[in-house]
Amino acid sequence: MSFDVPDDLRYLESHEWVRVDDGTARIGITDFAQDELGDIVFVELPEVGDEVTQEEDFGVIESIKAVSDLYAPVSGEVLDHNEDLFDEPELVNDDPFGEGWMLEVELSDEGELDDLLGPEAYDDQIE
Amino acid sequence: MESGEDRRPPLYEVHDERGARFTEFGGWEMPVEFDSIREEHESVREDVGIFDVSHMGEVTVTGPDAEELMNRLVTNDVSALDRGGSLYAAVTDDEGVMLDDTVVYRLPEDSDEEFLFVPNAGHDEEMTDRWMAHRDDWHLDASINDVTEEWAMFALQGPEAEDLAGEVVEDPIVDLGRFSSRFVQVEGVRCLASRTGYTGEDGFEFVVPWDDAETVWSAFDCQPCGLGARDTLRMEAGFLLSGQDFHPEENPRTPYEGGIGFAVKLDTEFVGRDALERQKEEGVEEKLVGFRLVDRGVPRHGYTIETPDGEEIGEVTSGTMSPTLEEPIGLGYVLTEYADDGTRIRVLVRGEPKKARIEALPFVE
Repeated sequence: MSFDVPDDLRYLESHEWVRVDDGTARIGITDFAQDELGDIVFVELPEVGDEVTQEEDFGVIESIKAVSDLYAPVSGEVLDHNEDLFDEPELVNDDPFGEGWMLEVELSDEGELDDLLGPEAYDDQIE
Repeated sequence: MESGEDRRPPLYEVHDERGARFTEFGGWEMPVEFDSIREEHESVREDVGIFDVSHMGEVTVTGPDAEELMNRLVTNDVSALDRGGSLYAAVTDDEGVMLDDTVVYRLPEDSDEEFLFVPNAGHDEEMTDRWMAHRDDWHLDASINDVTEEWAMFALQGPEAEDLAGEVVEDPIVDLGRFSSRFVQVEGVRCLASRTGYTGEDGFEFVVPWDDAETVWSAFDCQPCGLGARDTLRMEAGFLLSGQDFHPEENPRTPYEGGIGFAVKLDTEFVGRDALERQKEEGVEEKLVGFRLVDRGVPRHGYTIETPDGEEIGEVTSGTMSPTLEEPIGLGYVLTEYADDGTRIRVLVRGEPKKARIEALPFVE
């Protein structure tokens, strides 16, 4: 089985991705992660204005069979969260890198991106 | 079986090839999901699906005192069974605490064995030992054999199960009544077919010789389903899961507390009978209920149940997002005074009280 690992993202070993655009970091979980979890039924996310910290948990995702913590790939203040996931958590299964995004964070330290995996290194990890 | 290694069903490789994910359950490595729990669940509610449940134990009991031994070790009345009949029962200790639950078959006339009972995954050795020890204590004449690794078991479940079984099975089968069983041929393989299941749907279970498992499995062209869907289906039906909704050490419960008093026949003599008679007279302090979360969240095993005022009144034993209802549901034990249909409760999800309401079982008819 092969999974999507988009080239323009950076990854945390715990299967979260981050896409940085002009100081704003969009965060979600990877295709591999959604497949491992199976049918996703619940997502709990921080409120706008909350702070998240790199490699610390920021929320919870539940599939029918499992409960998992979500870990922040970068630190910063939450600018937005994806409210669509509260009613349609299955968007994470259907489109993990698109409509299934979770948070937008104001990146507090660009240097943190160097601590993350590039697409090739992440692809090797899930192989 | 080597120590520390999980047992595998005969079709482990077949399921692996089909892309199944596996999980450890009761010492067995079993398929938990073939495609998606939701898809598999819907197939069983709306169409038909097949489960490999070869992790279930099979123990045969035969001989002049077989009936007496069976009746003294399970809560239901085995003497009422004709050959080809079966019933659901609990196995209780002296205190009336459930050690396991099981289906007891009085095998059809054309069987060399008289009784077959089906302990839950990983309980086959314990139950076989229990049966042998009591046989010897009571000086009864019966041979007891753990044949768990000689027989695979499949469950064909769903509203279309009858039509599919009618097409595939080479002997009459659609006329089998609920909890009845007979031997039938499937692709030339002799199997025990019974009209039983664990999903709340109509269907059949097939006990199949281990070495012929693939022939029978592949004869049924329908959605393969894993233990994930089996769990969501049985929760919607309000069925107990041994080890999870009751456990002799971690959560000792009697059949009355577990809501299966219908499977207790106090006019028979069995281990635990006197304790259960006392409990029936006095009433239970806590009992199993179903509940539905009103707030967002998913109830899980071990979560605390409270009143709206924050008083602890019980604990969740099973919970999920119901694929049929698309709402979070659960099973748990609460103080009897809070067990009425519609009672408002709270379930602590990661410490946060979530609104919920007691709901009469089953969740899905």
